[in-house]
Amino acid sequence: MSHRGMEGSAVLAKNAAEPAVPLQHTRGSSMQTRLTKRNRHIHAENVIGRAIAMLCAAMLIILVLSISYFIASKGLATFFVNGVSLKEFLTGTTWDPEGEPAAFGVFPFILGSFLVTVLAAVIAAPLGIGAAIFMTEISPAFGKKILKPVIELLVGIPSVVYGYVGLTLLVPFIREQFEVLGFSVLAGGLVLALMILPTITSVAADAIEAVPQDLRNASLALGATRWQTIWHVVLHSALPGCLTAVVLGMARAFGEALAVQMVIGNTTKLPESILDPISTLTSGITLNMGNTIAGTPYNNALWSMALILLLMSFAFILILRILGRRKWASR
Amino acid sequence: MRIKAKIMDRTATFLLTAIAVLIIGVLFALLGFLLTQGWHKLNFDFLTSPPSIAEAGGGIGPQLFNSFYLLVLTMLIALPIGLGAGIYMAEYAPDNRFTRFIRLSIEVLSSLPSIVIGLFGLLVFVTMTGWGYSILSGALALTVFNLPLLVRITEDALRNVPPSQKEASLALGISKWRTITSVLLPAALPGIITGTILASGRVFGEAAALLFTAGMTSPDLVFHDFSLNSPTSPLNPMRPAETLAVHIWKVNSEGLTPDARDVADGAAAILVIAVLAFNLGARWFGTWLYRKITSGTQR
Amino acid sequence: MTVNIQQAQDTVIKTSDLSVFYGQKQALNSVNMEIERHAVTAFIGPSGCGKSTFLRSLNRMNELIPNCRVTGSIQIDGIEVNSDAIPIEGLRQTVGMVFQRANPFFKSIFENIAFAPRFHGVKNKADLEELVEKSLRKAALWDEVKDRLHESALALSGGQQQRLCIARTIAMQPSILLLDEPASALDPISTMKIEELVVELKQEYTIVIVTHNLHQAARISDHTAFFLMGELIEKAPTSQLFTSPQDKRTEDYISGKFG
Repeated sequence: MSHRGMEGSAVLAKNAAEPAVPLQHTRGSSMQTRLTKRNRHIHAENVIGRAIAMLCAAMLIILVLSISYFIASKGLATFFVNGVSLKEFLTGTTWDPEGEPAAFGVFPFILGSFLVTVLAAVIAAPLGIGAAIFMTEISPAFGKKILKPVIELLVGIPSVVYGYVGLTLLVPFIREQFEVLGFSVLAGGLVLALMILPTITSVAADAIEAVPQDLRNASLALGATRWQTIWHVVLHSALPGCLTAVVLGMARAFGEALAVQMVIGNTTKLPESILDPISTLTSGITLNMGNTIAGTPYNNALWSMALILLLMSFAFILILRILGRRKWASR
Repeated sequence: MRIKAKIMDRTATFLLTAIAVLIIGVLFALLGFLLTQGWHKLNFDFLTSPPSIAEAGGGIGPQLFNSFYLLVLTMLIALPIGLGAGIYMAEYAPDNRFTRFIRLSIEVLSSLPSIVIGLFGLLVFVTMTGWGYSILSGALALTVFNLPLLVRITEDALRNVPPSQKEASLALGISKWRTITSVLLPAALPGIITGTILASGRVFGEAAALLFTAGMTSPDLVFHDFSLNSPTSPLNPMRPAETLAVHIWKVNSEGLTPDARDVADGAAAILVIAVLAFNLGARWFGTWLYRKITSGTQR
Repeated sequence: MTVNIQQAQDTVIKTSDLSVFYGQKQALNSVNMEIERHAVTAFIGPSGCGKSTFLRSLNRMNELIPNCRVTGSIQIDGIEVNSDAIPIEGLRQTVGMVFQRANPFFKSIFENIAFAPRFHGVKNKADLEELVEKSLRKAALWDEVKDRLHESALALSGGQQQRLCIARTIAMQPSILLLDEPASALDPISTMKIEELVVELKQEYTIVIVTHNLHQAARISDHTAFFLMGELIEKAPTSQLFTSPQDKRTEDYISGKFG
């Protein structure tokens, strides 16, 4: 080894003796010129690069502002141009925009959206958080190798495919089982539950994984069983994270359009049980937006429904932010 | 007391395992159902011929092409903006109001229902521009839909590059911008590409944002016509274009053909196969590229 | 504070009242130092004494650390460089730096070296190839890598990676080399190679090396500066500092009473 080192220095000595053409000319007073020389090209590139990056980032703000502005300006026309009262709009149970007189009660749609969302959350939350616990606490190896990729594939499946499966499997199943139409709140809730399950699982798993190992060890050392540790210690400190997971899932469910629309039957009659068909805000918009003429009260009312969707997604973000803050405060 | 706790522990473990098995079972049942239902449809004729309006035997050729064309166009528009914004967030963004507002915007955009994005597209890219239902309008709507995800992917990938890479480059007197473009971006490439392929899968399957932007019809495409402005040219970005995902929805809700169910089966199978391919492709390609870039890494 | 006064024309770096703050915390307290041209100057002192902080001020690498503030003057060849008026690219090209841990780019060996010269204006392919070979020869790495220039630099051993980083720095033709504990993560044989290299390179470059190894400082440096708690305690020709230190604290440190 030292032999090679010696050889290396021999080569070095030979090289140092050689007049090093490209390395020589920069020393001496040229050092001062090099220190002070301003390369306009590099400077311009730096400034322009930063400006372009900033512009791209600003684009996000512009998009959010213009989406809010355009949806609001169309959505508010119902109240300011067509003179529908906000109270009638939100609480009215009759939806007959082409009738004489026209009625713009969107309460059935709002109720439908909330019903399917809540039903989906009630089904998916225990399953999702359960799967998250399994992935992190019971069998991390199996969880990482198999369950996680499965979850990622479930996220990837397009919503129309979920809707289609709901339509071809779930709706006939409910129809035969309960001797009803089949298109129902239940079908919508089940399809949505399947769709938000991956979201809940992966976010909850992250939250549970972030619980410090010391807490688990302390509990186990006190003689608690694994389940007692999970239930009293791990879940307790991962609670805000798990709630975040459920709210994220609900936000997704509330805004989902096509999958739900395909299985809920789309009537504007108020449902009497979860086996009855229903409409949601999204399904109402999807089905009617293409068949109404821009500027008519009917069309404007659809935009107002879109505005409700927009405001709801703001509300979900607000809830998520509050939960996020709670998470920090409790650490 | 202790025995009770033990039983409880066993029961809980059993239940949790059952949930995990259930989820895996559901995925395989889902894939199995879709693939077996659609398998008989996966032939050359079905994949290339146009759909028919009222009789059996139509294909999904134009829809398949539209989906890919729309995906390419969307990525062409969205990727540069996503990269730029991701670079800003990872490398420049100071801790101030502007940055916080951008973060909020990303959060809002990624939680907006896609039907709302579709409506925004209808208003701005379809009506205000006067383009009508067109591929370009659809691509712009999908850009809005996809942008927050791309920004996050780029930002995360850049943040995951070891800081020593940046330090090394800056210490060599390389300007900040060149450090980003020539050192950090290449090192972040595996992450960006994996993320982008996954995002492509999402774009490929999206339908709600397209109903009122790219439209629900497709002209009879003449596949040897490559001019950009002929109404029957597949490449014309100003023509309406129904995608595969939209087609599945339309066939089911207003299909008139006797074999609507059959067509939907085939289309759903194709869509799922495409999504699987995107997913597996992303994994495989990302790992391969990472190995190639850091081959023989010793640290 | 004792500062060895040298003839003015031999001084290449001169700092006056150089202080560094990390937020509220002061990491370096009003350091005045002159560093001689074409010599090896070693900085020694216990961990956290400010020697690396001082080194990183010389090419303004401290600017990467948020909330870091550098006050006072740094003159290189008579030019004030601790100022926004000096373009940072030119400064860092003139004052090259090698880090404690080898940090080759995720690129080929050739690209690792050609990257900076290309940025700084060497565009011709033949010139670049010549420069890569010269730099690798100077870093005593050429014979080991000449057959695999286009393979990934990350496939090299730790010691080879560090010499690659030195070659990479030399290739952009700096005048001053800052070495921040360049051998601390290496095995003894690689360390020896780096030390031989440092002695060889001082023919052409002014070298400043931070080390926690007193023997290393004694073996390779012409001048040694001792830092303690953010202050420069003493700087003198190496033989003088190690045999007859002026300050009691220096004596305690080099005789192993603390550190």
